[in-house]
Amino acid sequence: MTALRVGVTSFKLRRRPLMVVAVALVLLAAVLVVDIMIGDFPLTAAQVVDALFGGGTRRDQFVVMELRMPRALTGLLVGGALGLSGAIFQAIVRNPLASPDILGVTWGAGAGAVSVITFAGSLGVVTGSAAAYGLPLAGLAGGLTAGLLVYALAWRQGIEGFRMVLVGIGITAVAGNFTHYLLTVGDVQDAGRAMVWITGSLNGRGWEHVVPVALALLVLIPVALIGGHVLGALQFDDQTSRGLGVRVNWARSCLIIVAIVLASVATAAAGPIAFVALATPQIALRLAGTAQPPLFGSVVIGGVLVMLSDLVARTVYRVELPVGVVTAVLGAPYLMFLLVRSRREARV
Amino acid sequence: MSVRLEASSLSVGYGERLVVDTLDLSVLGGTVTAVIGPNGCGKSTLLKALGRLLPARSGAVLLDGKQIERMATRDVARVLGMLPQAPSAPEGLTVADLVARGRHPHQSWYRQWSSEDAAAVDAALEMTGISDLAERTVDELSGGQRQRAWISMALAQGTDLLLLDEPTTYLDLAHQIDVLDLVQELHAVMGRTIVMVLHDLNLAARYADVIVAMRDGRIVAQGTPAEVLTESMLLDVFGLDARVVEDPVAGTPLVVPVGSRHRLP
Repeated sequence: MTALRVGVTSFKLRRRPLMVVAVALVLLAAVLVVDIMIGDFPLTAAQVVDALFGGGTRRDQFVVMELRMPRALTGLLVGGALGLSGAIFQAIVRNPLASPDILGVTWGAGAGAVSVITFAGSLGVVTGSAAAYGLPLAGLAGGLTAGLLVYALAWRQGIEGFRMVLVGIGITAVAGNFTHYLLTVGDVQDAGRAMVWITGSLNGRGWEHVVPVALALLVLIPVALIGGHVLGALQFDDQTSRGLGVRVNWARSCLIIVAIVLASVATAAAGPIAFVALATPQIALRLAGTAQPPLFGSVVIGGVLVMLSDLVARTVYRVELPVGVVTAVLGAPYLMFLLVRSRREARV
Repeated sequence: MSVRLEASSLSVGYGERLVVDTLDLSVLGGTVTAVIGPNGCGKSTLLKALGRLLPARSGAVLLDGKQIERMATRDVARVLGMLPQAPSAPEGLTVADLVARGRHPHQSWYRQWSSEDAAAVDAALEMTGISDLAERTVDELSGGQRQRAWISMALAQGTDLLLLDEPTTYLDLAHQIDVLDLVQELHAVMGRTIVMVLHDLNLAARYADVIVAMRDGRIVAQGTPAEVLTESMLLDVFGLDARVVEDPVAGTPLVVPVGSRHRLP
């Protein structure tokens, strides 16, 4: 184990997690370029890189900077936010099943957004700014409400991971059923649009979707990485953690709120993209060979996962599919694997 | 010798029930204290309250004369280390990482691995004799090795007060001796003050300077092993009919239970 020490600051340097981040960043850049190359107007890698640095023809500029870049960036940032959110949840709950999907945040956001689509839609006003800002804001509000509700209901003189998962499953069911109720009472067209939204889609994402997620990540990634220093000492039972000088409930609460906000912001931008927050931290953990999900590694790998899935979603079939379809197809077997594995462990 | 840790009219409880009832105790610096008593007498609860893991219902715990509940968690953790009865570590954590977590109270987000941290961890691994296990994961260790790893973490924390809750549970006799020899060494070589809950009275007699006997949340007797471990105390506290003889090796009291088979009619 080597260390980086400058003045009073000092950090541990571990080769494998650093290598994983480095490789993932290279992969991220590569997927970003490929993602922008492919589409109705195919571009070469050179044209893409040219346009990214302000060169190329005006047509290339438009295709890259206005059409494809915002969508790719939204995917990248949303994936990063979901990866980080999942990593924090899993580290705190100490359970690979914990993620905003399971803890109610995602479906809460879904219920919020679908309310706007059905209610505002039938009044004929969900166009223009209402669609651009109202929908994500309602999603954000729904996600935050559900997340904080789970948090409040699971609080018994402190937050305990397993209870939070159980309460989360309950809130997920309530929010999910409410959403389905809205779909049945709503207008057919609205229901169709709502279905696309709750599958999770990056179709038609512009810079107005990139900016809020980028700002949220700009603030929350440093907050999470600073707060994440405590995660190592939070990995034990409460008594051991407190013995190590951690204010257990306070630290856990702050980190959980950061994770809820991250997942809500991401869901507001692209809808509830399934399984990314669940799978990313475990992929990062296995690659890095660490005992707890690496935070920064989860950000980068989450970004790669969503961009890759979106690339597949828009090229694999005649029409562009929502990205959530691809992540669900990849994620469902993974969730089954996790469930089977945890049942087997419980039996031993 | 000064009083390091003190309980003054301390009451602690869960829900309605008082488990520790207006108890007074003074732990002197540089001593090894063993708390003994029957199951459910409140000895673990007392230890948790001393380590600020449980709040006092009334009364107070004083650490170096200061009310422990008013101190910052981190400041307590720099002076007082606590090893719970059955600590749990995440799957896949290596011994080196476990012991490194002991440095947490001395770290901050920008100061995560100073040279003092590295030195303290190396010293703790060395002292507990598990340097060669550093890269193994905690879950693949044997019971005795695992207990050494946890003690090593508490050592790396660098506190001169250590509270150990039954450090010998689940260990066979050889490993119990092994762990207690280590505790003895911490005390003798490094001058640490140690308070531990022990079930085995004969081991408590051997390794402790002071024995505190508890029953129903109160202290019934305290003093040197010879003062506390008497036949009348055993009958009174444990309801145990036993003879106390001299330990042929250490000269400390040795408790020999009678049992119904050998009881005289």
